[in-house]
Amino acid sequence: MAKVAAKTAPASLSVGRRSALAGREALGAGVKVEPLGPAERVSLRAPAESAASLSRALGVTLPEKPKTSAAKGGRVVLWLGPDEWLVLDEEGKDLLGDCAKAKQLHSAVGISHRNMAISVSGPAAEACVSAGCPQDLSLAAFPVGASTRTVLGKAEIILYRPAADAFRVECWRSFSDYVFTFLSEAARDAAA
Amino acid sequence: MLLIHCPYCEEERPELEFRNAGEAHVVRSANMAGESDEDFEKFFFIRSNPKGIIYERWRHIHGCARFFNAVRDTVTDKFVMTYKAGEPKPKKLPGVAK
Repeated sequence: MAKVAAKTAPASLSVGRRSALAGREALGAGVKVEPLGPAERVSLRAPAESAASLSRALGVTLPEKPKTSAAKGGRVVLWLGPDEWLVLDEEGKDLLGDCAKAKQLHSAVGISHRNMAISVSGPAAEACVSAGCPQDLSLAAFPVGASTRTVLGKAEIILYRPAADAFRVECWRSFSDYVFTFLSEAARDAAA
Repeated sequence: MLLIHCPYCEEERPELEFRNAGEAHVVRSANMAGESDEDFEKFFFIRSNPKGIIYERWRHIHGCARFFNAVRDTVTDKFVMTYKAGEPKPKKLPGVAK
Protein backbone atom coordinates (compact mmCIF):
# COMPACT_ATOMS: atom_id res chain seq x y z
CA MET A 1 0.00 0.00 0.00
CA ALA A 2 2.79 2.38 0.89
CA LYS A 3 4.35 1.91 -2.54
CA VAL A 4 1.11 2.79 -4.32
CA ALA A 5 0.72 5.96 -2.26
CA ALA A 6 4.25 7.05 -3.11
CA LYS A 7 3.59 6.60 -6.83
CA THR A 8 0.46 8.76 -6.85
CA ALA A 9 2.02 11.69 -4.95
CA PRO A 10 1.55 15.01 -6.81
CA ALA A 11 4.44 16.07 -9.01
CA SER A 12 4.59 19.57 -7.58
CA LEU A 13 3.37 21.01 -4.31
CA SER A 14 3.48 24.63 -5.40
CA VAL A 15 0.17 26.48 -5.56
CA GLY A 16 -0.35 29.30 -8.04
CA ARG A 17 -1.21 32.75 -6.76
CA ARG A 18 -4.88 33.53 -7.29
CA SER A 19 -6.29 37.03 -7.10
CA ALA A 20 -9.21 37.56 -4.72
CA LEU A 21 -11.03 39.22 -7.61
CA ALA A 22 -9.91 36.84 -10.38
CA GLY A 23 -12.17 36.94 -13.41
CA ARG A 24 -14.42 39.75 -12.22
CA GLU A 25 -15.28 42.75 -14.34
CA ALA A 26 -18.06 45.32 -14.41
CA LEU A 27 -19.09 47.51 -17.31
CA GLY A 28 -21.30 50.57 -17.18
CA ALA A 29 -22.14 53.30 -19.66
CA GLY A 30 -18.74 54.96 -20.04
CA VAL A 31 -16.95 53.17 -17.21
CA LYS A 32 -15.12 49.89 -16.74
CA VAL A 33 -14.23 48.40 -13.34
CA GLU A 34 -11.63 45.63 -13.33
CA PRO A 35 -9.07 44.22 -10.91
CA LEU A 36 -5.42 45.09 -11.56
CA GLY A 37 -2.63 42.55 -11.46
CA PRO A 38 -0.27 41.96 -8.55
CA ALA A 39 2.25 44.68 -7.70
CA GLU A 40 5.07 45.20 -5.25
CA ARG A 41 3.96 47.54 -2.46
CA VAL A 42 5.85 49.10 0.41
CA SER A 43 4.51 51.19 3.26
CA LEU A 44 7.28 53.70 3.88
CA ARG A 45 7.61 55.85 6.99
CA ALA A 46 10.50 58.24 7.38
CA PRO A 47 11.32 61.67 8.80
CA ALA A 48 11.98 64.55 6.41
CA GLU A 49 15.77 64.19 6.87
CA SER A 50 15.70 60.71 5.32
CA ALA A 51 13.61 61.64 2.27
CA ALA A 52 16.57 62.59 0.06
CA SER A 53 18.48 59.37 0.65
CA LEU A 54 15.33 57.25 0.16
CA SER A 55 14.56 59.11 -3.07
CA ARG A 56 18.02 58.24 -4.39
CA ALA A 57 17.65 54.60 -3.35
CA LEU A 58 14.23 54.23 -4.99
CA GLY A 59 15.01 56.32 -8.08
CA VAL A 60 11.87 58.43 -7.50
CA THR A 61 11.73 61.69 -5.56
CA LEU A 62 9.39 61.28 -2.60
CA PRO A 63 6.61 63.88 -2.91
CA GLU A 64 6.43 66.35 -0.01
CA LYS A 65 3.18 68.13 -0.79
CA PRO A 66 -0.14 66.74 0.48
CA LYS A 67 -2.29 64.78 -1.98
CA THR A 68 0.47 64.45 -4.58
CA SER A 69 2.43 61.58 -6.09
CA ALA A 70 5.56 60.96 -8.11
CA ALA A 71 5.98 58.40 -10.88
CA LYS A 72 9.05 57.20 -12.74
CA GLY A 73 9.66 54.06 -14.79
CA GLY A 74 6.76 51.92 -13.58
CA ARG A 75 7.27 53.01 -10.00
CA VAL A 76 4.80 55.28 -8.18
CA VAL A 77 5.17 56.94 -4.78
CA LEU A 78 1.96 58.23 -3.20
CA TRP A 79 1.96 60.84 -0.40
CA LEU A 80 -0.22 59.54 2.43
CA GLY A 81 0.89 61.69 5.36
CA PRO A 82 3.68 64.09 6.38
CA ASP A 83 6.03 61.13 6.98
CA GLU A 84 4.22 58.31 5.21
CA TRP A 85 4.26 57.09 1.62
CA LEU A 86 2.93 54.13 -0.34
CA VAL A 87 5.41 52.89 -2.94
CA LEU A 88 4.10 50.79 -5.84
CA ASP A 89 6.02 48.87 -8.47
CA GLU A 90 3.93 47.09 -11.07
CA GLU A 91 6.94 45.44 -12.67
CA GLY A 92 7.56 43.49 -9.48
CA LYS A 93 11.03 44.93 -8.83
CA ASP A 94 12.44 44.49 -5.33
CA LEU A 95 11.29 47.61 -3.48
CA LEU A 96 12.38 46.47 -0.03
CA GLY A 97 15.88 45.77 -1.34
CA ASP A 98 16.05 49.26 -2.82
CA CYS A 99 14.82 50.86 0.42
CA ALA A 100 17.47 48.96 2.35
CA LYS A 101 20.14 50.80 0.32
CA ALA A 102 19.17 54.02 2.10
CA LYS A 103 21.21 54.24 5.29
CA GLN A 104 19.13 56.99 6.89
CA LEU A 105 16.46 56.15 9.46
CA HIS A 106 13.28 54.77 7.89
CA SER A 107 10.74 51.98 8.18
CA ALA A 108 9.81 50.04 5.04
CA VAL A 109 7.17 47.35 5.39
CA GLY A 110 6.25 45.06 2.50
CA ILE A 111 2.48 45.02 1.99
CA SER A 112 2.35 43.61 -1.55
CA HIS A 113 -0.18 40.93 -0.64
CA ARG A 114 -2.16 43.01 1.83
CA ASN A 115 -3.66 45.30 -0.80
CA MET A 116 -5.70 44.73 -3.93
CA ALA A 117 -5.86 47.25 -6.73
CA ILE A 118 -8.95 47.99 -8.80
CA SER A 119 -8.95 50.08 -11.96
CA VAL A 120 -11.89 52.35 -12.68
CA SER A 121 -11.55 53.83 -16.15
CA GLY A 122 -13.59 55.61 -18.77
CA PRO A 123 -15.26 59.00 -19.14
CA ALA A 124 -17.63 58.21 -16.25
CA ALA A 125 -14.89 56.97 -13.89
CA GLU A 126 -15.12 60.10 -11.73
CA ALA A 127 -18.89 59.72 -11.30
CA CYS A 128 -18.43 56.04 -10.47
CA VAL A 129 -15.88 56.61 -7.66
CA SER A 130 -17.81 59.64 -6.39
CA ALA A 131 -20.75 57.34 -5.66
CA GLY A 132 -18.97 56.26 -2.48
CA CYS A 133 -16.10 58.68 -1.94
CA PRO A 134 -16.97 61.93 -0.10
CA GLN A 135 -14.03 63.92 -1.51
CA ASP A 136 -14.31 66.39 -4.37
CA LEU A 137 -12.88 64.42 -7.31
CA SER A 138 -13.28 67.08 -9.99
CA LEU A 139 -10.11 67.74 -11.97
CA ALA A 140 -9.74 71.14 -10.29
CA ALA A 141 -9.64 69.64 -6.78
CA PHE A 142 -8.20 66.20 -7.61
CA PRO A 143 -5.93 66.64 -10.64
CA VAL A 144 -4.08 63.95 -12.59
CA GLY A 145 -1.41 62.49 -10.30
CA ALA A 146 -3.34 63.26 -7.11
CA SER A 147 -3.46 60.58 -4.44
CA THR A 148 -5.05 60.29 -1.04
CA ARG A 149 -6.20 57.91 1.60
CA THR A 150 -9.97 58.23 1.96
CA VAL A 151 -13.14 56.14 2.30
CA LEU A 152 -15.37 54.40 -0.23
CA GLY A 153 -18.67 53.46 1.32
CA LYS A 154 -17.65 51.78 4.55
CA ALA A 155 -14.15 50.74 3.54
CA GLU A 156 -10.89 52.65 3.69
CA ILE A 157 -9.20 53.01 0.32
CA ILE A 158 -6.21 54.72 -1.24
CA LEU A 159 -7.18 56.61 -4.35
CA TYR A 160 -4.75 57.54 -7.12
CA ARG A 161 -5.55 59.26 -10.39
CA PRO A 162 -3.02 58.25 -13.08
CA ALA A 163 -5.04 59.90 -15.88
CA ALA A 164 -8.01 62.27 -16.16
CA ASP A 165 -10.40 59.39 -16.83
CA ALA A 166 -8.77 56.66 -14.75
CA PHE A 167 -8.53 55.86 -11.04
CA ARG A 168 -6.57 53.26 -9.17
CA VAL A 169 -8.41 52.14 -6.04
CA GLU A 170 -6.24 50.32 -3.50
CA CYS A 171 -7.96 48.52 -0.66
CA TRP A 172 -7.18 45.77 1.80
CA ARG A 173 -7.58 42.30 0.34
CA SER A 174 -10.35 41.32 2.75
CA PHE A 175 -12.29 44.46 1.76
CA SER A 176 -11.82 43.88 -1.97
CA ASP A 177 -15.08 41.97 -2.47
CA TYR A 178 -17.04 44.79 -0.82
CA VAL A 179 -15.18 47.54 -2.69
CA PHE A 180 -15.45 45.81 -6.06
CA THR A 181 -19.16 45.11 -5.61
CA PHE A 182 -19.71 48.72 -4.51
CA LEU A 183 -17.92 50.03 -7.61
CA SER A 184 -19.82 47.59 -9.86
CA GLU A 185 -23.13 48.86 -8.52
CA ALA A 186 -21.91 52.44 -8.94
CA ALA A 187 -20.84 51.72 -12.52
CA ARG A 188 -24.43 50.81 -13.43
CA ASP A 189 -25.60 54.28 -12.41
CA ALA A 190 -22.60 56.34 -13.46
CA ALA A 191 -22.83 58.47 -16.56
CA ALA A 192 -20.22 60.89 -17.80
CA MET B 1 -21.66 66.99 5.67
CA LEU B 2 -19.18 69.02 7.70
CA LEU B 3 -15.95 70.02 6.03
CA ILE B 4 -13.00 70.01 8.42
CA HIS B 5 -9.73 71.76 7.62
CA CYS B 6 -6.82 69.38 8.21
CA PRO B 7 -3.68 71.39 9.07
CA TYR B 8 -1.45 68.63 7.66
CA CYS B 9 -3.36 68.07 4.39
CA GLU B 10 -3.77 71.85 4.17
CA GLU B 11 -7.32 71.66 2.86
CA GLU B 12 -10.90 70.97 3.86
CA ARG B 13 -11.87 67.33 3.93
CA PRO B 14 -15.22 65.60 4.51
CA GLU B 15 -16.01 64.70 8.10
CA LEU B 16 -16.23 60.96 7.27
CA GLU B 17 -12.43 60.88 7.18
CA PHE B 18 -12.09 62.18 10.76
CA ARG B 19 -12.54 60.87 14.25
CA ASN B 20 -12.88 62.81 17.50
CA ALA B 21 -10.24 62.05 20.12
CA GLY B 22 -11.45 63.90 23.23
CA GLU B 23 -10.50 67.16 24.86
CA ALA B 24 -7.21 68.82 23.94
CA HIS B 25 -4.57 70.43 26.15
CA VAL B 26 -5.02 67.95 29.02
CA VAL B 27 -1.50 67.97 30.43
CA ARG B 28 -0.07 64.76 31.81
CA SER B 29 1.92 65.23 34.98
CA ALA B 30 5.67 64.73 34.75
CA ASN B 31 5.57 63.06 38.14
CA MET B 32 2.60 60.72 37.76
CA ALA B 33 3.51 58.53 40.77
CA GLY B 34 3.56 61.57 43.05
CA GLU B 35 0.11 62.81 42.02
CA SER B 36 -2.55 62.94 44.71
CA ASP B 37 -5.75 60.96 44.05
CA GLU B 38 -7.70 64.19 43.59
CA ASP B 39 -5.25 65.56 41.02
CA PHE B 40 -5.19 62.25 39.17
CA GLU B 41 -8.96 62.15 39.09
CA LYS B 42 -8.99 65.66 37.60
CA PHE B 43 -6.43 64.68 34.96
CA PHE B 44 -7.96 61.34 34.10
CA PHE B 45 -11.72 61.72 34.37
CA ILE B 46 -12.82 65.33 34.66
CA ARG B 47 -13.47 67.15 31.39
CA SER B 48 -14.68 70.71 30.93
CA ASN B 49 -17.79 69.96 28.78
CA PRO B 50 -18.50 73.66 28.10
CA LYS B 51 -21.42 75.18 26.27
CA GLY B 52 -19.75 77.15 23.50
CA ILE B 53 -16.08 77.04 22.52
CA ILE B 54 -14.29 73.77 23.17
CA TYR B 55 -10.72 72.70 22.35
CA GLU B 56 -10.59 69.15 21.05
CA ARG B 57 -8.19 66.63 19.59
CA TRP B 58 -9.22 65.19 16.25
CA ARG B 59 -7.61 62.59 14.07
CA HIS B 60 -7.63 62.51 10.27
CA ILE B 61 -7.77 58.75 10.52
CA HIS B 62 -8.84 57.97 6.94
CA GLY B 63 -6.50 60.60 5.49
CA CYS B 64 -3.03 61.53 6.67
CA ALA B 65 -3.73 59.68 9.97
CA ARG B 66 -2.43 62.67 11.96
CA PHE B 67 -3.76 63.97 15.28
CA PHE B 68 -4.43 67.71 15.40
CA ASN B 69 -6.33 70.17 17.55
CA ALA B 70 -9.59 71.87 16.68
CA VAL B 71 -11.62 74.69 18.19
CA ARG B 72 -15.30 73.92 17.91
CA ASP B 73 -18.50 75.57 19.07
CA THR B 74 -20.66 73.01 20.85
CA VAL B 75 -23.79 75.11 20.30
CA THR B 76 -23.57 75.60 16.54
CA ASP B 77 -21.35 72.54 15.86
CA LYS B 78 -19.15 74.82 13.74
CA PHE B 79 -15.40 74.38 13.55
CA VAL B 80 -13.84 77.75 14.39
CA MET B 81 -10.29 76.75 13.45
CA THR B 82 -7.83 73.86 13.50
CA TYR B 83 -4.12 73.80 14.28
CA LYS B 84 -1.31 71.26 14.45
CA ALA B 85 -0.76 69.05 17.47
CA GLY B 86 1.79 70.48 19.89
CA GLU B 87 1.00 74.08 19.05
CA PRO B 88 -0.26 76.30 21.91
CA LYS B 89 -3.90 77.31 22.29
CA PRO B 90 -4.56 80.11 19.80
CA LYS B 91 -4.92 83.47 21.55
CA LYS B 92 -7.31 84.94 19.01
CA LEU B 93 -10.13 82.98 17.46
CA PRO B 94 -11.34 84.16 14.06
CA GLY B 95 -14.94 85.36 14.11
CA VAL B 96 -15.50 84.80 17.83
CA ALA B 97 -16.36 87.66 20.18
CA LYS B 98 -14.58 87.49 23.52
